[in-house]
Amino acid sequence: MQAPSPALSVHDLACRRGERLLFRRLSFALDAGAVCHVTGANGAGKTTLIRALAGLMTPYAGEVRRTGTLGLLDERSGLDPDLPLRRALAFWFAVDAGNAPQAIMARLRLEPLAEVPVRYLSTGQKKRAAFARLLGQAAQVWLLDEPLSGLDTASQGLVSELVREHCAAGRIALIASHQPLDVPGMTRFAIEDYAPSDEAEA
Amino acid sequence: MLAQLLRRDLAQFFPFTGSGAALPVVFFVAVAMLFPFAVGPDANLLAKTGGGVVWIAALLAAILPLEKLVARDIELGFFDQLKLRGMAEEAMMTVRLVAHWLSFGPPLVLATFPAAALLKIEGETLQILLLGLLVGTPGLAAIGLMIAALTASLRAGAALSGLLLIPLALPILIFGAGALARQDQVSLGFVAAISLALAAVAPFAAGAAIRAAREG
Repeated sequence: MQAPSPALSVHDLACRRGERLLFRRLSFALDAGAVCHVTGANGAGKTTLIRALAGLMTPYAGEVRRTGTLGLLDERSGLDPDLPLRRALAFWFAVDAGNAPQAIMARLRLEPLAEVPVRYLSTGQKKRAAFARLLGQAAQVWLLDEPLSGLDTASQGLVSELVREHCAAGRIALIASHQPLDVPGMTRFAIEDYAPSDEAEA
Repeated sequence: MLAQLLRRDLAQFFPFTGSGAALPVVFFVAVAMLFPFAVGPDANLLAKTGGGVVWIAALLAAILPLEKLVARDIELGFFDQLKLRGMAEEAMMTVRLVAHWLSFGPPLVLATFPAAALLKIEGETLQILLLGLLVGTPGLAAIGLMIAALTASLRAGAALSGLLLIPLALPILIFGAGALARQDQVSLGFVAAISLALAAVAPFAAGAAIRAAREG
């Protein structure tokens, strides 16, 4: 594979939601193998940052640079609620034509749920299903928005393990979560540090 | 990837495979069935007005699938995931248009046979009616897609889309039903032209609409 090594950097980024400026002057650069944990309270702008990084939202100012394929995991699984899990995932596995579906299903302990329609899955089960979709994509840059929410302790451990493996393979992960996360070599910043200071005036 | 998406969309929207997708067709036949009860069994009257009723039924049936057509996949994050994989909104909406038309145009044309029997429509009138629906439904599908995409982020979207579709579908109705009254097929050329223009514009309009909904 001649693919260039993945990279993700932002320069002087500012984002708004509605009329409110959430953060400004945010700059960072992530190289191959980097894990970054973005912390912040609800509504501080973690999701907005993720969407701006994913190119799903135009930032108010600044720029985002990215090399490598992009995988996004947020609170919406992208799986058809009426289909059994196996068939809902099969669509994304077919689109991505990436890693082996069987191994991924087994890894995330989804085999017993394969015939259950997605809408009957619990929050945590849906999250694991979304991780299966993400793994199937084999993307180089992961953007994870609250990947731990709704997961039990065992699954949370599994997520840290997946992130570790992902980054050990020279890929990048940026994780927005208010929950603590345990990955060696992880950098961390709080989105609140970049909040506009003159909020009282606004 | 487009082929995969088309297969998925068809499975979602096609009658009897998707959830509640047979409803427009059932509704269409039900309207045709009600009409003779309302105006009486006079075969001449039915044959004369029946074609128009079929067109109105088709127009109303086109409103039914709109609620789920775009809004649900925005909520699911489905379009976001496709976008990350480099697919343009216009391509997503083109596939959606094809799937939407296939899942309601041809079934409606088929359902016209029982409807025509109930309304005593026969011979050349039936032929013009079938042809008209065949070339008119792509236009209805295109209008429906644009409206569904535009109203996807509104809370009252479903109710609004019905209201919006009716005036926009007027040209198709006028020429389509007009062809029946005059028994000429020239008007059907106009219907086809309108459909073609709408189908060409719809993916761009709908694509821009879901992009705007995402930014909002």
